[in-house]
Parts: sequence; C-alpha cells; structure tokens
Amino acid sequence: MTQETILIGLAGVLASASPLIFAVIGETLSERAGVINLSMNGTILLAAMGSFAVAYNTNNILLGFLTGMLIGAVVALIVAFAGITLKQSQVAVGFVLALTCRDLSYFLGNPYMGVSGPRLQAVPIPVLSDLPVVGRLFFQHDVITYISFAAIFLAWAWIFRTRPGLMLQGIGEKPAAAYIRGANVNLMRYIYTVIGGALIGLAGPAFSLATRAGWMGTISGLDGFGWIALSITIFGGWNPLRGAFGTYLFALLQWLGLVLQPVLTQVPSQVLQVAPFPLMILTLLFVNIGNAEWVERALAAMPDSARRVFAKLLRAMRTSPPAALGVPFERD
Amino acid sequence: MNVELKNIHKHFGSVHANKGINLVIPSGSIQGILGENGAGKSTLMKILSGFIQADPGGEILLDGKPVVIHSPADAIHVGIGMLHQDPLDFPPMRVLDNFLLGQSGGLFPNRTAVARDFKRLAEQFDFSLDPDGYVDSLTVGERQQLEIIRLLWLGARVLILDEPTTGISASQKAKLFATLKKLAEQGMTVIFVSHKLEDVEHLCDKVAVLRAGELVGEAKPPYVTAKLVEMMFGKEITLGERQSAQQDEIVLALQNVSLEDVRLKIRNVSLDVRAGEVIGLAGMEGSGQDLFIRACAGLVRPVGGRILLKGRDLTGKSYHVFKRAGVNFLPAARLEEGLIPGLSLSDHFVLAEAPRGLFIDRQAGLQLAEERIKAFNIRGAPLSPVESLSGGNQQRAELALLQTPLSLVLLEHPTRGLDIESVIYIWSKLKERCRLKTAIIFISSDLEEILQYSDRVLVFFSGRVSPPLDAANTTVEQLGQLIGGKGWAEMGETHA
Repeated sequence: MTQETILIGLAGVLASASPLIFAVIGETLSERAGVINLSMNGTILLAAMGSFAVAYNTNNILLGFLTGMLIGAVVALIVAFAGITLKQSQVAVGFVLALTCRDLSYFLGNPYMGVSGPRLQAVPIPVLSDLPVVGRLFFQHDVITYISFAAIFLAWAWIFRTRPGLMLQGIGEKPAAAYIRGANVNLMRYIYTVIGGALIGLAGPAFSLATRAGWMGTISGLDGFGWIALSITIFGGWNPLRGAFGTYLFALLQWLGLVLQPVLTQVPSQVLQVAPFPLMILTLLFVNIGNAEWVERALAAMPDSARRVFAKLLRAMRTSPPAALGVPFERD
Repeated sequence: MNVELKNIHKHFGSVHANKGINLVIPSGSIQGILGENGAGKSTLMKILSGFIQADPGGEILLDGKPVVIHSPADAIHVGIGMLHQDPLDFPPMRVLDNFLLGQSGGLFPNRTAVARDFKRLAEQFDFSLDPDGYVDSLTVGERQQLEIIRLLWLGARVLILDEPTTGISASQKAKLFATLKKLAEQGMTVIFVSHKLEDVEHLCDKVAVLRAGELVGEAKPPYVTAKLVEMMFGKEITLGERQSAQQDEIVLALQNVSLEDVRLKIRNVSLDVRAGEVIGLAGMEGSGQDLFIRACAGLVRPVGGRILLKGRDLTGKSYHVFKRAGVNFLPAARLEEGLIPGLSLSDHFVLAEAPRGLFIDRQAGLQLAEERIKAFNIRGAPLSPVESLSGGNQQRAELALLQTPLSLVLLEHPTRGLDIESVIYIWSKLKERCRLKTAIIFISSDLEEILQYSDRVLVFFSGRVSPPLDAANTTVEQLGQLIGGKGWAEMGETHA
C-alpha cells in the first residue's frame, strides 16, 4: 500500500465515522441530563429514510438534513414526555420506539429503494487542504464531516467548561441538588433530550445523504449502528472526547477489516468483519480499568511516588454514569 | 438577619404537620429547634428554605419585611441558606465545581476568581479543603464545610442546619460548633435543627421545642435536660442502667488478624469476644472500624491471621457461612444494604425465615409480621413498604429480622439519626439479646453511646487499633483524644 492510499483510507475513516459521532454526542447530552434515549437505532434509520425522501423530492439537501433533525427531535420528545411528565420507564418506551421507527422506515421507504438522489459533495478548504498529510486527512471532506469535528469540541466545552454545562452534569447526577441551586430540572431535561434527539437524527442524513448515500431498505446496512452508538456513549464515559475516540476506533477497525482481507487470506472474511466489535469493547474496557477493585489493590501496593502518578491517571480515566440516569425528578 | 415566622400551618393531605407556629429568631443568635422524629421540624425548615410552601395565612418576615419564598433558589436570594442532613452536593465532581455550581453569571465561569474566593472563605474558618479534589473523597463533615462556605459565598445571612452532627466525628463537630459561634458573632442567624439534647444544650442561645407539629415552648440556658425531654415527648424518659454482662464462653476469637483495603492497613489484631459482651468500636469515619466489622461478618477476607467462631476456624469463609454459624450484620445504610425497598414488612419476615417449599405462605407471613410488629413496637402495618417507615421503625424492623438464636450481632451506627426514645428502645432490645448470650460489636460516632452501652471499647485511628479499653473506666475526653490520634504512644501493641 502506498502512503497515498493509506491517507485516503484514514480520511475515509474520519468521514465514515461522522454519523456515529453525532449520535454519540446526542445520546451523551441526553444521558448527562438524566434521560436515556434508547430509541436511537430506530431514530437513525427513520431519519436516514425521511431525510433522503425529502431531499429527493425537493432536490434540497439542506431541507433533507433538517428533516432528519426534526425526526430525531420528535422521537426524543416522545421519550421525554413519557419519561419526565408521565414518569414511565424510559427504557421500555425507548425500546418500543427503536423497533417501531425501524420498521416504519422500511415500510415508508419502499418507494425510494435504490433510487439515486442528491448527495453531499466534498468541499476542500482552501490553503489548509494543500498541507501535506494533514490537508488530506482533515480538510478535504464534505460539510457534515467538518461539522462533526466541531461538534465534538463544542459539546465537550459546553459540558465541562461552561456554567450551564456544569448544571447539566448536576441535573443528571443529583437533581435535588441542582434544584436547590436554581435549576428548573424538568424543563432542562426536556431541552437536552430534544437537542440530543436532533443530533441523533442528524446521524440519519449523515448516512443517507453523505457517507452511504441513498436508501436501500433492509440492506442499507444501517441497522445496528444505533446500538453501537449507545455502547460507545457508555464506554466513552459520557464524555464527547472519549466518545469520539471510541467512534473513530470503531471506524478504523472496520476499515482495517476491509483492507486486511486480501492480505490475510487464510483468515475467514467473517472474522475480520466481526472483529471490530469485540476489539472495540476490549479497548474501551481497558480504558475504564480504573474502576476495577483489583487495580485499586495493585495501586495500594505501589511505592508512594509511583502510586500518586498512577492514581491521578486512573482517576482521570475513571467514569461513572450520571447517578440519576433514568430516574424521574420529584421535588421533595 | 432577624427572622420571624407567623402562624405557619402546613397540611399534607389529612396530616397537619405544622400547627400555627410563631417564632422570632433575632439576628446574631443560634436558635435550636428540638423535637423527636416526625415532630414537624423538617417541615418547618423546608418551608423556610423554600422547598415547600406554607398554607395560606402564614407569613415569613425577614428584618420585619414579609417575603415570599417559592423555591430554594428564592430562599438563597433573600439570604436563607440550608444545609441538608444528607449533603445536597455532587460526589463525582470536583470541590471547586461544586462550589461554583449555582452561582449566576456569564457562560464561562471565572475559575481563578472563584478559587480565590473559595480559598479566602476556607481560610477564614480554618477548613482544609482541596479545591481540585473530588467530593466523593471527602468525609461528611468536610462536605458540610464545603456547603457552609458555598452558602456564605452566595450571600446567606440565615443558615439552617438540619441534624448536622449526624455522621461526623467528634473533632469535626467541635470545629462545626466553633464555626457556628463565629458566624453568630458576625451577625449571622443560625438555626440548628436536632434531636440531640447535648448538642443543642451545648450550642444554642435559645431552643424551641416542637411536638406533633406544635411549638410546645421555648427554653433558654441554663437548660434542664429533664425538662427538655419532657417537652419533647410529653412524658419523662429515663436512660437504662448500665449492666455488665457476665463473661463466659468465648464466641469470637481474632488471632493476629491483618486487614487491608485501598486506603489503609490493619495489622495483627487479636481479640476475644465473650458471650453476652458488648464491644464498641470508636474512631473517625474511615479509620478502619468499618473494615474490621466486615471482616467479623465474613464480608472482607483477612490477609493474615485467623478468625474463629466458637472455636471453629472460619477464616476466608463467605458471609453465608458466617451467617449460618450465627453471625448477623446490620450495615449503616438501612435502605441500601439492610432492607429491600418496595417489599413490605411481611415480605421481609417471610424472606428472613428458613425457606419451606417453593410457594409463599402469605397467611403465615402476615401472622408472623403482626407478632413481630407488636413485639418490636414498630409503627407500621404488615403490608406497609419498608421505605415508608421512619428511620427508627426501619431500625426496629431490622432488629426484628435478626435470627434466633444468635452468637454475634454486628451493627454499624445502630442508632444514627434516631430520636432518644427509639435509641433507648433499640438498646433495650439489644441488651435482651445479650442476656441470651449473644455478643454484640457495634460502630458508633456517638462517644457517649459507646461508653454507655459497651463493656469494652476499641479505638481506631488510621488503621491502628487500641487494646480493648474498659468502658467503665474510660471518659469521653480520653476517647476523643485517641480518636484524634493523641496518646497512642502510651498504648502499646494491639492485643487483647
């Protein structure tokens, strides 16, 4: 393989990960506020189909993307209403929505099967795209991929650097404590769930109008990405940076599976196709190793100076779910 | 700030929780609010701090001006801050983030300026809090300190403290009291809600006593304890006499036991516990006593030494083996580790019995529950879910669940958060067990309780264990010193 083909491959990894990036960030925001949006897998499919249909009929790509976000927001609103206002199980509602939206997308999408429609074109950024290596990797993408890069850092900065972001963490962690600090817990939960839902919805057109343009119904190969995004959100410790790391890792492993197939002929191709899933889980488990008790024990046995360094490192890597995840808030 | 409550009523459905309360609290004073569990203290304080609203007709005046408080955020806005019994903070977040969360301002908080304010306030009260540390590594006392400076920083002029001495060490309590006195001198109004007589007597300039939702009266120093107790309960209550259990057969023997967890190591402890004996474990929270009691329950495996129960070597065996051998453990977290929320009292009794067949005999369960409810004076019905019971009644229920016969009961903070009447009742039940040759080992942060009820005391200080001290010849001051790490040089090795 030449350097050029490797670069093109890696740039492709970054672009193909963009839908999952949006889904992971959307779910992260929602869960940080304490609401589990389990409908993700169905939402992404329905948004992919819906946005393609709208973009095809109106020949307007922007309208297609907006449709995807609207679908995500509406599904999230149902989850929020059931979970926050009706205080029903978010898991049960989300699960049913995941199945319903998936089947709905196959049913409603029938007329668009295999039709060729509009697709987002790459927009190289002047000057930057001419840089060696970096230019090829980061600056010759379509708009939605650029937005996915920005979204990672914006979401991270919002959660961990701004005042409302701090309150967002509080709402998911201990709503009563956020309430005495002046937060309107349920309103905030609605807002973050709906915004998160819109981002999850954005993953749909990021597939059907960009990375995997078109609608192919059951053979679109999009079924399952929502569940992957859900697990990346969890292993990513509800942190957009770590979530992005998990997403890119997954996309990289998938790409490697494809590239290595002709090289490793003695390995059955199925193994290479499936390998990314367990490999990703193993890596992310390793990242969360600081949570394990035996690690703490090993740490306690180390000499003081080494222990301090490792303890700090592990503490920084350590994550715990928002304590009030999925729990309705009641004043008093 | 001068606080005046006028004609405060509160109904919850048919329950009349506050009945026409009138109270004036002058600026710069420490006002005690005393009452047993369920007397209406919490309701009154929740009204003042904006968590709930009083029934129409009542009035709250601050410095003579009527105020309307709709939410806790409103309360802090008019200068009322409340420190909740279970600190309302965010354990996985950093201290500084906890401190600044809730401050209003621009999109990006100015952390340098906030850190400067934090440091100034912490120094003013001599609190050593690391702004970059995480709250889940702080003790309850330190979390209170954080909340106090946070409320002051937000401009609180009235500070309400709900049962603040529950779960903190003696030295932290001394520090808290010094802080509160200093605040009162600075003109702050401090409202101290408690059911602990000695704390209230020690600290408060004035005490208001609530009983069954009514303000039954106020008292000023010098306080007469018997009088306060009578006001609280409407009747006189006497403490049970100390009775030394006769010492015979050795129930539990620890031989050179060493224990370890992430934070500390305990080395070579030897101890013989005899039937009917009560051993109190004193020490600041996290000094090793929790590890020790879990080792006695078989929940923590010792890294060295042997544990014998009635001569049988149980070292390294599981909790279930210990349990079958007659050891029961009641952990501090009643609803998390002790009882099962969602299940009724009757369900609990059925579960605790040895299983007989696949199906539940509901009738027998109900009957059993009724018997135990009567025997243990639990306020609740057989079908009431355990989480609906008050703390005292939950603890009674746990005692009612203990097996009979038992060789050893291990208790963690058996009376934390309970009113005197429940405390006395629970100890009378435990002492009954002692007469039946059950040995008791318990942890408490209440030194008076330890000296009152134990035969011997072990003091823990960061993993060091004192030799057993005879409770009859030990004073609260001596214990306090040892807990704080003083006087260990003269103690010698940890053997019994």
